[in-house]
Amino acid sequence: MSIQDSPSSAAAGQPPALEIDGVSKFYGHYPALRKIKLNIERGSTLALLGRNGAGKTTLLRILAGLSRASEGTVRIYGADVRKTETRHRIGVLGHGISLYDELTALENLTIFAKLYGLENPEKRARQWLERVGLDRVRDGRVREFSRGMRQRLAVARAFLHQPEVLLFDEPFTALDDKAIAVLQDLFANAHKEGRTVVMSTHQLREAMELATHVALIERGELAYTGERTQEMVNDPSYLYRTYGANG
Amino acid sequence: MNSFFRSAWTIASKDLRSEFRTKEALNASLAFSIVILVLFSFAFDPSSEQIAEFSGGLLWMVYAFAGALVLNRSFAREVHNDCLDALIASPASAGALLMGKCVANFLLLMMVEMLSLPVFGLFYGVHWTRQFWVLVAVLALGSWALTVIGTLFSALTVNLRLRELMLPTLVYPMMIPALMATMTLTTELLAGTPITGDNMIWIRLLVAFDVIFTTLALAFIDTVLVG
Repeated sequence: MSIQDSPSSAAAGQPPALEIDGVSKFYGHYPALRKIKLNIERGSTLALLGRNGAGKTTLLRILAGLSRASEGTVRIYGADVRKTETRHRIGVLGHGISLYDELTALENLTIFAKLYGLENPEKRARQWLERVGLDRVRDGRVREFSRGMRQRLAVARAFLHQPEVLLFDEPFTALDDKAIAVLQDLFANAHKEGRTVVMSTHQLREAMELATHVALIERGELAYTGERTQEMVNDPSYLYRTYGANG
Repeated sequence: MNSFFRSAWTIASKDLRSEFRTKEALNASLAFSIVILVLFSFAFDPSSEQIAEFSGGLLWMVYAFAGALVLNRSFAREVHNDCLDALIASPASAGALLMGKCVANFLLLMMVEMLSLPVFGLFYGVHWTRQFWVLVAVLALGSWALTVIGTLFSALTVNLRLRELMLPTLVYPMMIPALMATMTLTTELLAGTPITGDNMIWIRLLVAFDVIFTTLALAFIDTVLVG
């Protein structure tokens, strides 16, 4: 199954944003993922759906280069995911916020701006703090922040280097209203700017509003993939009922 | 190459800043060193001849155990909030990540060693400043050996529940050649014997140990972190 390349990118002969070719992952003998094959077109927003333990996080970790596939390959913009140039193109936000509690908001973002080789790292960090509404507390330590503020800072870290591919694992979980609004705004802008977003989520309503494409994983296998339809927006659980293992 | 060193320095300065803010590893390691040196002095009340024989051994046993406290924190610090994932996903190479952590750990360990040396001198009546710079060079070579192996194994054991136990269990057997060299050299230097002739073999061993294990650690760190 695959999400077809857009006519423009296919005609230009460009590789899709992500090519997942026969990816399997085994933990011992247990297959967490089985022969996942999926191409994700540039500029699309893919909602990766599935029940707990279906394999969404495992797949996202492989896409982000945090774990190696037992079988198969993943290519981002035609290149291996662990290549340095590829990692410049990826922004990742996992379950954790990936920020250091004992450092300030500004220090945290500046460190990552330096690791991504950005020019004027501190200036870039300040710009993003302003964008997510944390500029007033830039010198406050992350441990003193509320959960919502930490999440907004984590989102800023993921977007800091303007990645072409955004990989988000449960981005809306435990967010406050303000953080959800910031994230939705950033996703909408990312889509306008032609960035590719892959997000795993249980929040079907938010996911369906943002997604252009949908993939459903069931017990490590790809059960469905295709464009998001109006039917899915109107009834977010439609996909589980129709293609899920338990109906 | 520039980006390697830039990333390594970013990681090192981040680790040092975090450590100086919390002082978790530094306080524990320094307190451990001083307490063991003082207790040993009171428990055995060694004569100056006995001290001349075991000074290097005692110091390096203390440094090795104190070092484990610093090294354990190195990657454990990255587990909280899943910070390690963000570092692995960044363009910084695994080698730069390891090197940055090694530099931070090395500086912290050297700091503990330098602060506990005067305590050792005071309680054991040893003139430790007689060949100070040569002693510092030997401490640096030994500390780098401990740091590079310890940091690699810190990455390997970071997700284990018994990592505090596993790290020393894995590190000390591998450290035996380097510990033998540093213990012998430190004993000689504290006794006022200059490093010449026969002792040079221990210096060569230490340098070779450092080069080989640094190369091996850089070669394996990507596999250790990503699988």
